[in-house]
Order: sequence, then structure tokens, then C-alpha cells
Amino acid sequence: MSEFTLTLIKLGFLALLWIFVLSAVSVIRSDMFGARVDLPQRAAKPAKPAKPAKAKPAPKKKRGIPSRLVVTEGPNAGQSVDLGRETITLGRGTDVTIRLDDDYVSTRHARFVTNGDDWFVEDMGSTNGTYLGHTRVTRAVAVSAGTTVRLGKTVVELRK
Amino acid sequence: MSSALAAASDAFVHRKRRGSELLLLALALAIGISAYAIIGLARDNEVPADLIWYGGGLTVLAVVAHLTVRFRAPYADPVLLPVVVALNGLGLAMIHRIDLSLEAADSQFGPFAPSQLMWSALGVTLFVLVLLLLQDHRVLQAYTYTLGLAGLGLLLLPLIPGVGVEINGSRVWANIAGLSIQPGEIAKVCLVVAFSGYLVVNRDALALAGRRVLGVDLPRGRDLGPILVAWAASMAVLVFQRDLGSSLLFFGIFVVLLYVATERPGWLVLGTLLFSSGAYLGYLFFSHVRLRVEGWLDPFGDPDLFDQIVEAQFGLAWGGLLGRGLGEGSPTRVPYAWSDFIATSLGEELGLAGLMAIVLLYGLIVERGLRVALLCRDSFGKLLSVGLAVSFALQVFVVVGGVTGLIPLTGLTTPFLSAGGSSMVANWAIIALLLRISHLARRPDPEVWTPGADEDTQVVKLR
Repeated sequence: MSEFTLTLIKLGFLALLWIFVLSAVSVIRSDMFGARVDLPQRAAKPAKPAKPAKAKPAPKKKRGIPSRLVVTEGPNAGQSVDLGRETITLGRGTDVTIRLDDDYVSTRHARFVTNGDDWFVEDMGSTNGTYLGHTRVTRAVAVSAGTTVRLGKTVVELRK
Repeated sequence: MSSALAAASDAFVHRKRRGSELLLLALALAIGISAYAIIGLARDNEVPADLIWYGGGLTVLAVVAHLTVRFRAPYADPVLLPVVVALNGLGLAMIHRIDLSLEAADSQFGPFAPSQLMWSALGVTLFVLVLLLLQDHRVLQAYTYTLGLAGLGLLLLPLIPGVGVEINGSRVWANIAGLSIQPGEIAKVCLVVAFSGYLVVNRDALALAGRRVLGVDLPRGRDLGPILVAWAASMAVLVFQRDLGSSLLFFGIFVVLLYVATERPGWLVLGTLLFSSGAYLGYLFFSHVRLRVEGWLDPFGDPDLFDQIVEAQFGLAWGGLLGRGLGEGSPTRVPYAWSDFIATSLGEELGLAGLMAIVLLYGLIVERGLRVALLCRDSFGKLLSVGLAVSFALQVFVVVGGVTGLIPLTGLTTPFLSAGGSSMVANWAIIALLLRISHLARRPDPEVWTPGADEDTQVVKLR
């Protein structure tokens, strides 16, 4: 192989290396803006999979599995969140699923977790505690639809 | 209702970006495979016959990793995996190239490339396992102290007589069941998790300000316990294992995490003072530390003793701006060109232009790790990803800085490039952890529905 070809190959490889670096950077650049999901897209997105989604998980789900977490009392009464498989956290902080404007609620107060069948509520070390009726939650306690859970002045409930 | 919808329309949602990842992966594979082919062309004037096996192996690993990410962590960062595959492929090709030279010289060492490919496969297996088994990184927080103890145990494992092996003056190897591993690399992952778990719980106390000196709030005296323990442990590593690199790495990760968790620059000042005084004492009392410093300040004063550093510098100089070209340098003049000194081997054959690209790739890994930390919503995940990113940054700084003569030379592996199994496996696990956190951080929230003003005040018939 001639000296000249080898030099070309050498330069070509360096170019390949830098093309890779630059395309990685350009992916990062386009990633910064994310997808600013606008209204029609967002509205259309849940609408489309809604039909198969309803048809599919419905037989899988046992009856009595809650599908919604609703705030029934307190400053945020009326807010609700659909239950999927994700953990739902409640508190006054910014990194929670439902942010409660309740002075008696801790930054990260409680969370609802599921194992796929049942939902459990756990206290995350709150100051004023999480209550199921009059008993303070000290470990993961199973909650069913209709059970009310109190955090500070806020009451939340799981609904079907 | 309208206000709620307006808020939703401004929502920032990350795209999945798996297509971009696949495209970058193809480029990354092209780098690794063409490097291998060029080495064959340059040395034997033909494309090596085993290119199919080598390229196929690398492709299978990349595709398996990509599919796992696609199905188990679809919102994960798109850049991390391709960058890692590119580094891994480049490292494999370079090690193969060094093998050829060692073989030609009838060296007692090598070949390293087949075992390196095997360790890469093991690394990808662990990567897949972590992504499959760990659905939520917050689970790890429960094992803060278990992992902390395990990490310390692993770190000190080479000191146990019969298990530990001393190689080249450093006691960082452990011989278990005939395999020699570097437990420090695995300890690194355990300790980052343990540090983050500990600091998440205790950061409020550690953030309390004490005396103010020169505009910096120093921590209170009674809060110094943890940093002193970390300092003592890193000094023990320095003194008993004679490993300056790991010592700096562990203490550095701890101090940076302490700073990130408490937002007090005082910890950085204190940490730097503690480490430099410790290192200075080490310089005064231990000959192996003094030797490293002398080799850094004046390697040409005793070219026979410091021939590794001297040859590496000559190699870099010979490589120049564009390098000799793959397969056309003589990296094996440097002892341990395949492990500690792989950065200078690459610098010799790819030149400054190539070495800078490689350093930039590490920079991208670190940047993506810190980006994950910014996006992550729970404090534990934030600290964990900062710790993992900083472990990369520190390790690359220590080893590349060491071989290029910026700081005293210390033995650490170059992540994904150096020949070495423990490091390869541990670093793949770190990338899997980062991707898992990144998936959870970038995934869109479940939607919270807030009733608008017109809905919660329903008009009841008044009489």
C-alpha cells in the first residue's frame, strides 16, 4: 500500500472520528428543545391509543382496581391524576406528581405505589404524618378504592 | 378548563430519540470496525480475515444494548450508548494493534484483544441485566449502608494477605478463583451509591454554616466527621495500597457530592486542603509517592528510571498533530501501552486531533451525566448521577493527565479503552445506571388534571 493511500486513510479515519463527535453534539442540540407538544397533538395522542388501551387492559384489570387518585379536601380539592403503573408522590415540593399548597404537608409527604394488583400508600418521613382514618401510616399500607387518606389538611381518595 | 389546557400546551416533553441513537450507533460501529480494518491494511497490506468475527461481535453487542434500551428505557438519553460503543470499539482495535506488535517482538505479554472482547461482552451483559432488573434507581437508596460496607470491603480486599496481589508496586489487585480482578473499580460504583444515599438523608445538617473565612462559609467543627472518615479511608488506600489514583478518585467523588448536596463551597476548600496536606505528608514519608512526583517534575533527569513517561512523551511528539496513522506508530516502546498508557498510544497513532476527539467523547459522557442530574426529580437520583458523571471526569482527568505529564502519574484505567476486565464491566454498569435514571427523568409525567374556575363553582339553584 502506497504512502499516499495510507495518508488518505489516516485523514479519512480522523474525519470519521470528528463526524461522530459532531453528530453526537447535534443530537444533543436538537434534544435540548425536546418536543414542545402542542394542544392538538397532546389531545390526539391519548385519544388514539385510548380505544385499544381501553379494550386491552380492561379484561386484564381485576374489578376494584382504582384508576384515579382524587384530592377531595384541602386547598387543592378537585385535582386528580390517572393511575398507571407509575408511583404517585404527594407533597409541597417541586419534584412530586401532585403539588399540594397545604402548609401542613411536607415537601415530599407520601407516595402511592402499586405492584400491579393493589395500591399502597407510604409515608415518606413527613412531619405531620399520613393517616388512614385515625391510624398513622408507618409502613406501606394497602388502600382500596374509596378509602380516604389524610395528609395535613388535605384528603385524597382512590376512585375506580 | 381553558387554563389547564393552556398550561398543558406549554408542557415540555422529551422525545424518545431511539432513532437518533441507532444512527449514532451505526457511526460508532463504523469507527471501531474501520479502525480494525485500517490496522490490518497498514500492517499486512490486506483487510484482516477475522474482521467478520470482530465486527460481528461488536455489532451484536451494540444491537443487544440498543434493543434493551429501546424496550426497557425508551426515554433514556440517546447519546450515552453510542459514545460508549465508539470508545469501546476504538479501545479494542488499539489493543489488537498493540497485540500485533507484541507478537512480532515475541513479548511475554498478550494477546489482550480476545479477552478484552470477552470482557466487553460481559460488560454488556451486566448493562442489560441492570436495565432489566432495576426498574427504579430509588430502590438502591434502601441499600445505602449495605453498599457502603461492601464498597469499603472491596476497596480494602487487596490488603488481605493471600487474596491481594502486588503488581508493579501497587496493591490493587485481588486474586479470586484464578481470576485477578481490580475490586476498586466495582467499589467505585458501590461507594457512589452509598455516598448519595447518605448525603440525601444528612445533607441538611451538613449544610449548616459555621465560621466565615475569606467570604467562604466553612462547615461547623462538629460536622466534620464524615469528611474525615472519607479522608482517612482514602489516605489508607494511598499508604497501604500505594495507589494515588484511586485515593484521589474516591475522595474527590465524596467531596464533590458533599458540595453538590449542601451547596456550600466551604466543603471544596476544606477537601482540597485535606487532600493536599495528606498528599504532601505522603510525599515526605513514602518513597513511592516521591518517585511519582519526581517522574512528573523531571522525567528526563533519569530517563532509565522514568522510561515509561519519557517514551510516552516521545510517542506523543512523534504523533504530532495528525498522528502516524493507525498501525504505523510504535506504541509498544512504552511499557503497559495497552492499559495505563493507551491514551498516549492513541495519541501517537491518531495525533492531537484524534486524542482531542477522544477526550471530547469523555466530555460528552460527563455532560450527559450532569444533564441527567439536572432533569432528575428526586434528590437521590440527582446526587447519584452527579457522582457517576464525576467519577468519569475524575478518572479520565487523573489517568490522561498522568500519562501526558500534567499531574503525577498514577495507575488508573482509562474507562472503556484500557485492557482490563473489572473496569470494563463496572463502567458498563455505570452507563446502565445513568440510562435508567435518565429514562425516569425524561419520561413525561402522568397528567394532573386541575379543574378550571368555571367547573368547581357550579351554580346550584338558589331560591
